[in-house]
Amino acid sequence: MPMTMSQKILAAHAGLESVEAGQLILCSLDRIHGNDITSPVAIREFKKMGFDKVANPDHVTLIMDHFVPNKDIKAAQQCKCCREFAAEQELESFFDVGRMGIEHALIPEEGLVVTGDVAIGADSHTCTYGALGAFSTGVGSTDMAFGMATGKAWFKVPSAIKFVLTGSLPKYVSGKDVILHIIGMIGVDGARYKSMEFTGPGAHSLSMPDRLTVCNMAIEAGAKNGIFEVDDVTLAYEKEHAKRELRVFKADEDAKYDAVYEIDLSALRPTVAFPHLPENTKTVDEAGDIKIDQVVIGSCTNGLFKDMQEADEILKGRHVAKNVRAIIIPATQDIYLKCLEAGFIKDFIEAGCVVSTPTCGPCLGGYMGILAEGERCVSTTNRNFVGRMGHVDSEVYLASPATAAASAIMGKIASAEEVVK
Amino acid sequence: MKCTGKTVKYGDNVDTDVIIPARYLNTSDPKELAVHCMEDIDKSFHSKIHDGDIMVGGENFGCGSSREHAPIAIKASGISLVIAKSFARIFYRNAINIGLAIVECPQAAEAIEEGHTVEADLDAGVITDVTTGRSFKTEPFPDFIQNIISAGGLVNAAKAGIIG
Repeated sequence: MPMTMSQKILAAHAGLESVEAGQLILCSLDRIHGNDITSPVAIREFKKMGFDKVANPDHVTLIMDHFVPNKDIKAAQQCKCCREFAAEQELESFFDVGRMGIEHALIPEEGLVVTGDVAIGADSHTCTYGALGAFSTGVGSTDMAFGMATGKAWFKVPSAIKFVLTGSLPKYVSGKDVILHIIGMIGVDGARYKSMEFTGPGAHSLSMPDRLTVCNMAIEAGAKNGIFEVDDVTLAYEKEHAKRELRVFKADEDAKYDAVYEIDLSALRPTVAFPHLPENTKTVDEAGDIKIDQVVIGSCTNGLFKDMQEADEILKGRHVAKNVRAIIIPATQDIYLKCLEAGFIKDFIEAGCVVSTPTCGPCLGGYMGILAEGERCVSTTNRNFVGRMGHVDSEVYLASPATAAASAIMGKIASAEEVVK
Repeated sequence: MKCTGKTVKYGDNVDTDVIIPARYLNTSDPKELAVHCMEDIDKSFHSKIHDGDIMVGGENFGCGSSREHAPIAIKASGISLVIAKSFARIFYRNAINIGLAIVECPQAAEAIEEGHTVEADLDAGVITDVTTGRSFKTEPFPDFIQNIISAGGLVNAAKAGIIG
C-alpha cells in the first residue's frame, strides 16, 4: 500500500510496515509539550491517572509563554504549578521567564523536534514543526498527560491533500500570504482531519521561516498536520539546530491523495483575512479603505527573525500613523537579541512602536494589547475569531509582517508597495 | 449511553475561543469555566441551561485552539450531549478523552431546532426529536474509541490498562 509522507512517519513510530487512512494506531512520541495554560490541566489528569513519573523526562517540554511574565495572580499560580511539576519530574526542558520563547518558535530553534519525529503538543499550533519534515499535531491536555505517562498517543491515520507549489514568491509576499491564500481557497474546514503535504519546486524555494509559518496555520484549515518534503533547506536548518539524528521520510510516488492543488507562488499577492474567520481572505489591493487602531507583529506564526527583518525594512526611518498603536513581539530571547544586534529594536522604537518580551499575550486576547469595543487590529497572528483579541465587537485582520508594518505606517490596511513605492 | 434534554442550537464553525474565551484561561476550574461558557455569542447560555440539555452545532464545531477547557466548560455547564454536522479534530478527541458525549449526525444537526426536546440512545445509534417525532440514525464509534468512551474517558481507560 503506497503511503503519504505523514503516513510513513506514523507507521515507523507505530512499529508497523504500513498504515492506511482511517486506521487507529498507537504511536511512540519523540516530543510531548505543553504551555502555561494547557499543562496545569495535563498535570492534574496525569496525577488522576495514578502516575508518579513521566515515561521519559528527556521527551517532555514545558514552556511558559501564554500569560508570562505573569499577567495576574491566577496566571502566576498556573506557572507555579508547572514549575513545581518540572522540578519534581526533573525536566531539563522547562522554559521559564528569561529562557522562554513562544513555544512553536522555541522548539525548532532548540532542536527539540527534528526531521522525522512524531511530536504532540497541548497547543493547536503544534502543527508548525511539519516544516522540518516531522509529523506534529496539536492535542488537548489529557492527551498530553497520557503522552507524558506512557510516551505514546493514539491517532487516526489521516488521508492527505497535496499542494504542489511552483514559481517563487514576489517581493513583499511571504509564507503568511501563501497559507492565507490556501485557507481562502479551501476554507477553515477544507483539510479537516487530513494532512496538508507541500511539495514541488515552489515548496523547495521557500525559506525555513516561511515553511514554519505555512505549517503553523494548517490547523486554521482544520488539518491534522502540515508537512514539507525534506530538502537542502531542511538539512541546512537542522545542521544548525538538531542535536539528534534525523530521519528522512518521503511520500511514495504513487501515494493516494484526496485532492491535489497546484499553486503558482509568483502569482500571489499580499493577502489579508477579514473578520471573523481566517478563510475570509482578500488581497490587499481589494481590501478597500479600512482604518485601524492597532498593529501586532509577532506570535508563533510570525515572530521569527525573518519576520522582524521584513517589518524593519518597512518601519525603519518612517513613523507609525497617529492614533495607531504598534506592538512588536520577537518570539524568543535569541530572536530578540538578534534584533537588538541588527539595530531593529532602535528602528522600531524610533518608528513609534513598542517592543515586548516574548509572549503569546495579545494573539489570544490574554494581555499586552487587548482591543476595546469597535477597534480594529491588523495582526500577524493566526486567528480572527469573534472576541479573539479583546472586546466581542473588535476586529482582527490577519496579514504578513510586511503588510502589518505598512498598515501601521498608513493607519489603514495597506501593502508594503504603497509605503516603499 | 442515553440522554434526554432540551436543545440549544448554534451555527457552523463554533470556535473554542467563543466556547471559552482566553481571558478566562487563567483558571482550569470547571465550575468557573462553566460560568463563562459561550458568553461571547450567547450571553444567556449559563442562565438558561439545565442539567441534561443537548447542544446542537453545525460544521467544524470546536475549531481553533486546543484548549481542553472548552469541552470541560460545556460538560460542567450540564450539557449531556453535543450533536454536530462535523467536529474539528482536536475538539473531537478532547471530548472523547474527558468523557463529554458527542455525535456527528448531519441530518439531526440540520433538522433539530432550538428548544426542542431530544432523546438520544447512542448505543442503539438513534437520536429522536421528541418535539417533531423525527428519528435519526447515528454511526457507531470504532471499537478503539468506544472503549475509551465506555471507560469514561482517557484517564479511566489508562487506569484500567485498556490502552497504553
